[in-house]
Amino acid sequence: MRPFVYEQPADISAAVATASRFTTNDDQPTRANAQFIAGGTNLADYMKLGVAEPNRLLDLNRLKESGLRQIRVTDDGIRFGALVRMGEAADHRDVTERYPVIADSLRLAASGQIRNMASLAGNILQRTRCEYFRETSWQCNKRVPGSGCAAMEGVNRQHAVLGASDACIATYHGDFAQALIALDAVVHAEGSRGARKMPFAKLHRQPGDTPHIETDLVADEIITAIEVPAIPWARRSLYLKIRDRESYAFALASAAVALDLDGETVREARIALGGVATVPWRASAAEQSLQGKKLDEASAEAAADAAFAQARPRQHNAFKIELGKRTLVRALLETRDMKV
Amino acid sequence: MDAAAPRPKENMGEPLPRVDARLKVTGQAHYPADLPTANIAYGALATSSIAKGKVAKLRLDEARAVPGLLDIVTYGDMDKVDKPKFGNSGATSIGPLHDRTIFHDGQIVALAVAETFEAAEEAARLIRAEYEEEKPTATFDSPGTATIPAAGKSPLFKEDVKAGDFDAAYADAAVKIDQRYSTPTQHHNPIELFSTTAYWEGDQLIVHEPSQNVTGWKVELARQLRIDPAKVRIVSPFIGGAFGSKGPMTPRTAIVAVAAKRLGRPVRCVTSRMQAFGTQTYRAETRHRIRIGAGKDGRITAFAHEGWEVTSRPDAYVVGGTSATGRMYDYGSVLTHVSLVQADRNTPGYMRSPPETPYVYALENAMDEMAVALGMDPVEFRRINEPKAEPIGKKPFSSRSLIQCYDQAAEAFGWADRDPKVGAMRDGDWLVGIGCATAIYPTAVAPCAARVRLTVDGDVRLQCGSHEIGTGVRTVAGQMASERLGVSIEKISVEIGDSSLPPAPVSGGSISTASVCSAVLMACDAIRTKLYAAATAEGGPLAGSHNEEFELAGGKILAKSGASAKVGDVLKAMQVGAIEEYAEFAPKGATPEALKKLYAGTPEFHGGEQDEDSVKYAFGAEFVEVRINRYTREIRVPRIVGAFAAGRIMNTRTARSQLMGGMIWGIGQALHEATEVDRRYARYVNRDLQDYLVPVNADIKDLQVILVPEVDHAVNPAGVKGLGELGNVGTAAAVASAVYHATGRRIRDLPIRIEQLLV
Ligand SMILES: Cc1cc2nc3c(=O)[nH]c(=O)nc-3n(C[C@H](O)[C@H](O)[C@H](O)COP(=O)(O)OP(=O)(O)OC[C@H]3O[C@@H](n4cnc5c(N)ncnc54)[C@H](O)[C@@H]3O)c2cc1C
Ligand code: SF4
Repeated sequence: MRPFVYEQPADISAAVATASRFTTNDDQPTRANAQFIAGGTNLADYMKLGVAEPNRLLDLNRLKESGLRQIRVTDDGIRFGALVRMGEAADHRDVTERYPVIADSLRLAASGQIRNMASLAGNILQRTRCEYFRETSWQCNKRVPGSGCAAMEGVNRQHAVLGASDACIATYHGDFAQALIALDAVVHAEGSRGARKMPFAKLHRQPGDTPHIETDLVADEIITAIEVPAIPWARRSLYLKIRDRESYAFALASAAVALDLDGETVREARIALGGVATVPWRASAAEQSLQGKKLDEASAEAAADAAFAQARPRQHNAFKIELGKRTLVRALLETRDMKV
Repeated sequence: MDAAAPRPKENMGEPLPRVDARLKVTGQAHYPADLPTANIAYGALATSSIAKGKVAKLRLDEARAVPGLLDIVTYGDMDKVDKPKFGNSGATSIGPLHDRTIFHDGQIVALAVAETFEAAEEAARLIRAEYEEEKPTATFDSPGTATIPAAGKSPLFKEDVKAGDFDAAYADAAVKIDQRYSTPTQHHNPIELFSTTAYWEGDQLIVHEPSQNVTGWKVELARQLRIDPAKVRIVSPFIGGAFGSKGPMTPRTAIVAVAAKRLGRPVRCVTSRMQAFGTQTYRAETRHRIRIGAGKDGRITAFAHEGWEVTSRPDAYVVGGTSATGRMYDYGSVLTHVSLVQADRNTPGYMRSPPETPYVYALENAMDEMAVALGMDPVEFRRINEPKAEPIGKKPFSSRSLIQCYDQAAEAFGWADRDPKVGAMRDGDWLVGIGCATAIYPTAVAPCAARVRLTVDGDVRLQCGSHEIGTGVRTVAGQMASERLGVSIEKISVEIGDSSLPPAPVSGGSISTASVCSAVLMACDAIRTKLYAAATAEGGPLAGSHNEEFELAGGKILAKSGASAKVGDVLKAMQVGAIEEYAEFAPKGATPEALKKLYAGTPEFHGGEQDEDSVKYAFGAEFVEVRINRYTREIRVPRIVGAFAAGRIMNTRTARSQLMGGMIWGIGQALHEATEVDRRYARYVNRDLQDYLVPVNADIKDLQVILVPEVDHAVNPAGVKGLGELGNVGTAAAVASAVYHATGRRIRDLPIRIEQLLV
């Protein structure tokens, strides 16, 4: 590990000011000299592995703005401060009651220890776990632009079937993000160019030709909050995560589902898919295919087919298409059958 | 009594808590890399990123510029020491710094030594190798493999066992199967990382390293360094998981010793989790073809087991599980053949039940298929083929309680309630399956020395160069002394894990409890003899009662007549402060050189299939229930029961722990564990615990271990069969059997994963 400077800015504007002093607007946040750190469960890991090499860490944990650590429920929805820990949000009563899909997505992620450390903003910005990305002796376009992609023809059981490009097929592994994208969440950020908010769906970028560009953020921008609109029928929602073992594993396939039902007929469906795509993945075609339909096994299967119509398998991950579909079918039927 | 401490049945010792439990759970146990060492410098390895070729050039300038860097040990710096040897004490014959040839992925190219761990790591990372790269051969089916017969390549695997005329019997069999099975690459991944700390006091070398074989390492390291073994000391008081990985010494040890010498300072090198995949041993992938023929009555008439195992180019590591599978049942005729497949890989090595895990998996999966082909209950099928003598040499089993194990496990599991029809058992959206399999492990024992001292105050000091790899040897050795000397366990201190102690064999092959306890028993009995002689001598406290049988209990000698004498008083009468005995135990059938070999670190193993009078094995039966979701097909194991018989059980708590750990590992082998090899580059891909999956707590629900009483005096004086490697044998086959029962899909390639059940 290389030596680095560690700082604890006192408030958001100080953090932004320091960040903008040591970065430029062209810097990718994950490649910049100065980077923010929250729980450190992702960044410190990648620094040890030589994947991330900031020479200045700006620790956000001492920022004095208390909203960063609060979960607030208003008429408009629910607002999560960026530094709220995963574990706290997962257990919060308003979350478990009003947005079960969010609570599930957090509860089924990582381990108890990590959930107690990791922040919500850090969680949504977590970087891929692609084995070839994590180990610096491999070719990887995301880590070293233009160097090639060792996963493409390598061991790619974990990799994405949706949203992949010829440059990169790395999966976005986070769970929470699937609930957020399904519920039309909004991200608040503050940087040297001011404060802004953007739809959560705009935060992550598909790899395309530039897999090293992972998000829409610039290097001095801090995520301050995540807002989820009030959706009364989101009480009928869940997150189903399928994995190789019962706990402490990333999804092979997952589905975040929320349903507005009129009897058994779908008024509105929200669907996002995890473990199968390069970015948090809203399955709009599947949502549309269900609208106005009676939700049964057949319509659920049709929706699943629609969700994976564009899927492109590689050598070891073809099963994710079938698994992803079945995961969605099961999630839809289980959501339908929820007692709310 | 709680489940962790089962009530002892016949021929079982008390479930004493581990004597080192408190140290371990309070963080006071010093593992080798924790041992306080003054003025230490840190080492970090630089390893190759190719699997085959040559290091044309090593650029060290960037590494040298790292502040705090002290030294770099690399090519040329090991010329005055000898290359490692492959064998029981040596993991590989590859001397990575003796030669610029790269034999495998992750081969050591240099050791950077610095003032801090961080600086050493950074320097190691900045060592830039330029290669002359060649196309490597990764594994089975890769171009460039060489296949050779295994028989005779290892002293432990002399021949391919056979009996009768397999071809004729198979041709005539009414019911037969011919199937292929495979097991993946696996790495031990003990939680304690691999490490070496070395320092010199004058010409004396001290090494702190987690080791299952301190005596063997002392001798092998001295050979490499061209010094007298008396000048080398290996210290390894606690080991945080070994499973065979810390049995043979790897080339790192000598490199760190050389670094410490050059620097004149202690050097500690802890390898990273990732580096361990290439610098340590592992279980290589295996393939199997099994043919079984039987009559309609279910009696097997023909059994053939062919195995293929990957090994490195330079070293012929043999697994060779056919010597156990070939003797498992009453087959009629047996044909076996094992081949080694050489590839550009690091040398594999021992990993918990090395031969039995893959080979018995294949056999038991095939037995289950055969039971299906016969339309027979799988337990009944095994009962019908229970042998009177083993089929190869027709020798009797010293004891064999397999059927008792099946009966007790079946009863506890509720096997009788199973609906044998495939897919018949359901619970809502979950398909339920139930399966079973046999566990077997050879019972061996090796020479061992121990020193026991009993003081006038009734304190006992027990010294033996064995190893605490988590099995609880400190506790059971102390328990043996406690039983024989009538002293409570609190009064006994046990010193192990140091090559300056009386030598013990490698802690492998499940021989430790039997070997160590036999030596401790001998030493204690010698003390008893002296005590009795003194007590009954003229003027002694029990003078005149020398024809009596004595007991030692509560610090007293008790005569049958009711007379008694305090042990302390006997010692006082002898005018000594302590009695100390040094015992050298050699098993029955040991060669005249057996003890010499013990001191040389190359102990003979006896037992298993090798003895003249009988074959010696421990057995068990495991039953599992699986649940598989109807849509998404994830596989869970809510319930597992294992019943095991292993001669005298020294301590039911530590025995249960071992067996439980084995069964959990077995579930991992069935469903989780596999090292992925990138076939293009012959490199390991999932080199950390994020992607190398093992079961977590949530995967293990209802687990029951049944200890089946068994008495066997033929195995060794302690009457103990090893059980450290018994629990994980067969488990994966039981899971495969249950998956078949639930789904009708026979999975023959481990691990069993979702994708195999989706199609
Ligand atoms: C073993 C293991 C298993 C895991 N399993 C799962 C799982 O099953 N599901 C799952 O979803 N996740 C899983 N994770 C990932 C884990 O959830 C993330 O590591 C964690 O959420 C990251 O949060 P953090 O606060 O520690 O982020 P950090 O490591 O501190 O930061 C991560 C990134 O976010 C940036 N960042 C952090 N906060 C801000 C901010 N406010 N504004 C701008 N940038 C910011 C950092 O610069 C960095 O690039 C696992 C992690 C581990 C180590
Ligand atoms: S998939 Fe993406 S992250 Fe993985 S090696 Fe290829 S480019 Fe790198």
